Amino acid sequence: MSGLKQGEVNLGTTIMAVKFDKGVVLGADSRTTTGSYIANRVTDKLTQVHDRIFCCRSGSAADTQAIADIVQYHMQLYAVQHDEWPPVETAAALFQQMCYQYKNQLMAGIIVAGVDKKNGPAVYDIPLGGSLIKEDFAIGGSGSSYIYGYSVSLAMTRDGSSGGVVRLAVITEEGVERIFVPGDKLPEQYLG
Amino acid sequence: MTSIGTGYDQVVSTYSPDGRVFQVEYASKAVDNGGTAVAIRTKDGVVIAVEKIVPTSSSGWVPDVKALATIAADEAWDYQERYRVPIPPKILTERVSMYVQAYTLYPSVRPFGASPIIAGMDGDEPFLSLIETSGAYFGYWGCATGKARQLAKTELEKLDFATLSTRDALKEAARM
Repeated sequence: MSGLKQGEVNLGTTIMAVKFDKGVVLGADSRTTTGSYIANRVTDKLTQVHDRIFCCRSGSAADTQAIADIVQYHMQLYAVQHDEWPPVETAAALFQQMCYQYKNQLMAGIIVAGVDKKNGPAVYDIPLGGSLIKEDFAIGGSGSSYIYGYSVSLAMTRDGSSGGVVRLAVITEEGVERIFVPGDKLPEQYLG
Repeated sequence: MTSIGTGYDQVVSTYSPDGRVFQVEYASKAVDNGGTAVAIRTKDGVVIAVEKIVPTSSSGWVPDVKALATIAADEAWDYQERYRVPIPPKILTERVSMYVQAYTLYPSVRPFGASPIIAGMDGDEPFLSLIETSGAYFGYWGCATGKARQLAKTELEKLDFATLSTRDALKEAARM
């Protein structure tokens, strides 16, 4: 298994996605690190692959960007050929195929979430080995152990590799709403 | 048969002076002599009926039908493996028709002596299409090919597809 290469940019990350009756909410922190140096403190880890499908990226920034670009291409092609928006299931399947096929070369933990006409809102988790799990909510990244039962802001407090601002995306059939919560507007997780 | 003796019907990649591809038309003749197939689309389903095919001579069309059916099955499988959802019949029609059309382009091949009817459900919408030997395809409420197609088409014209139930369509198709 590949670890990070010398100087590779890492998304020491906290990401999550939650399904609700009319759509999905995605959340992510904004920290990108090279070792202990914060390469980018306002990263956008929520990447759009089609009109109503986003993914949350964790792991290697380069790997996950490359995969998201390829899936985005396939989604565009699908939309043109079918004259219809692609299902979230199909986007997740494409992510999974790449993550599984190249599991030894990649470091990518991805959450795919979105809304489609046929199946409504859906959240899929694709963790490190390249498995595909459909869930009502999913969490990922180095900070995810802190949010079992809580939120992105707590993980950003406790996990040294997560931090910065909180980025959210609310996807419903009607549209996508992006929410930005600055670092000084986050709820405090400790006293004193 | 004005085409005979002119030489323009020898190779599929050659047009006649009036812009026809005779080999494609001959392929249609092969289909016209084949077993009859009828398909009916209703508001909530599709039925297909075929005459039991008995290969009586060495005419090429039964193997062609089987070859195209295999191609269609392979395409459907590939699609499902890639996109994780069953292939919509519209996309299957498009892909098979591309294949049929490609066989009208080269002198080293002959066109398929087969007219596949593709029926299925696109979500909850019934779908029915027929691919001609040229590779052209159209959607239908009712279609028929093979020896008794004229008879079947006459019967099809009497039906009201908008109100016909799928079960009644099955009876109608069986009757034809």
